[in-house]
Amino acid sequence: MKADPKGVLTGAHFFDGDHACCEGALSAGCRFVAGYPITPSTEIVERIAARFPSVGGMFIQMEDEIASSIAIQGAVWGGAKAMTVTSGPGLSLMMEHIGLAAMLETPCVFVDVQRSGPSTGLPTMPAQGDMMQARWGSHGDYEIIALCPNSPQECYDLTIEAFNLAEEYRVPVMMMMDECVGHMTEKVIIPRAEEIEVTPRRFTTLKPGKYLPYQAKRNEIPPMVKAGDGYRFHVTGLTHDERGYPAMNAEAHDRCVRRLVEKIRNNARRIIRIEETDTADAEVVVVSYGITSRVAGKAIQMARADGLKVGHLRLITAWPFPERRLRTLASHVKAFVLPELNFGQMFFELQRVIEGKAACYPVAHAGGTVHDPEAIYRRIMYAARHARMREKKEVTR
Amino acid sequence: MSTTEIKFAGLGGQGVILAGIIIGRAASIYDNKYATLTQSFGPEARGSACSAQVILSDEKILYPYVTRPEVLMALSQEAFNKFLPEARDNATIIIEEELVRPKGLKPGMKVFGIPATRLAEELGRKMILNIVMVGFFTAVTKLVNYETVREAVKASVPHGTEHMNLRAYDRGYEYGQALL
Repeated sequence: MKADPKGVLTGAHFFDGDHACCEGALSAGCRFVAGYPITPSTEIVERIAARFPSVGGMFIQMEDEIASSIAIQGAVWGGAKAMTVTSGPGLSLMMEHIGLAAMLETPCVFVDVQRSGPSTGLPTMPAQGDMMQARWGSHGDYEIIALCPNSPQECYDLTIEAFNLAEEYRVPVMMMMDECVGHMTEKVIIPRAEEIEVTPRRFTTLKPGKYLPYQAKRNEIPPMVKAGDGYRFHVTGLTHDERGYPAMNAEAHDRCVRRLVEKIRNNARRIIRIEETDTADAEVVVVSYGITSRVAGKAIQMARADGLKVGHLRLITAWPFPERRLRTLASHVKAFVLPELNFGQMFFELQRVIEGKAACYPVAHAGGTVHDPEAIYRRIMYAARHARMREKKEVTR
Repeated sequence: MSTTEIKFAGLGGQGVILAGIIIGRAASIYDNKYATLTQSFGPEARGSACSAQVILSDEKILYPYVTRPEVLMALSQEAFNKFLPEARDNATIIIEEELVRPKGLKPGMKVFGIPATRLAEELGRKMILNIVMVGFFTAVTKLVNYETVREAVKASVPHGTEHMNLRAYDRGYEYGQALL
């Protein structure tokens, strides 16, 4: 389906990432946002509050993040596309309802413009410390999708993508921005509405009485209905059967939760988006995401100028993580370097999937600003040196 | 021009961020170059020295922050004092000459001064001093051409104030040309 031209601000703009995210939501067909404004995401909701009413949308400033994260789900079950916008402290408060969205299979988008934490931390400065929370923050077993833009243009493009993935897999999608990307202003091209692909909500074609809200085979995603259309349906955070009613036994729980997990894991290859540069003959591959991918790009240029074969793998989706691709690369890459604005989050995931087949080096940073490219460069050179020394040792042995 | 780092600095309220946005917009929207603007957020953006950092480049910009500006535009003494140490030894320093006394310059630096506030008052509105500065900047740095910045001024100022702002832009540009 093509985008509704009413929400599409076609043209070349000079926007910051926050404003671009708002426009992405409008282009994607989002017409409901509930939020509790928080730095550094405030500019998103400021723009939403100004723009949404003119296209028939609605913004509600809620009493807190807990309310915001459930109001959007009410809007979705009423038929709208909806999102909420926050930063780390707010995301912490939203955790219970992220689990609820996973359990109800509510398609919705959570935007997190990451700032330095824990707790109140540095509100006006960047970090990437919420990556594991986005994945594992709510209790129980579930899967989500998380996207990491590295420019205002991608804040626009990936917000549309986030809504499309949310609809396709009926899953909460986490838009993992950071303060630097959110407050950075660059050119943003918004195409014409007929050039923007949006995924519409899949509604049932069955008649009332025949429709079962959670009837789906393994890996399948059941169609939805919306409140007021004459269907009798029930959604609950309790383990439920195909009718949506509580089913309090282990077999029903296995069916229910296994599908929540498998619909993402078994479709991971279709969902995952990465960007690879010069990895084919690389000795060292830098794995990065978000704003750090640009800083890493600078460091890679420095290392290449020294004659080192360095590749770059940028995670556009952090979750699901590109396990297969990284394992394949590990067969010829001697070392991986993963810089991030935290003390090792995606790094642990990298270590897990590489299983010791290549050396893995973190470049930790507490946040508050971005890395000095020099620090990443030094780590790349160190990784290459050590890989060569190890090889030499093996030969002499 | 391959890559140029610029810092626009002044007091909160002088319109330094808008000045940066106009130059960034001119380069990236009307001139097909790359531009990245960042600004410091936090207590220092309220009433004391505030700044916009702009990187202009022919190539995609990776590292987003300005570290050693080649051009520093200062609209207040405090901003000048705070940011001069960051500027490169051969930097172009652009000042509001009635508000900034340029002390501590390095020998390789080039200084261009304009009484932008007074010129803006003569044009009828003190608050357009930032647009006078944008015109002056365009003339003395030649980083972005006259027409493209003019387009960006038009697109960046409130509707209905274009005429006045374009006059301010031209006044600053002419003043700069006369100095060269």
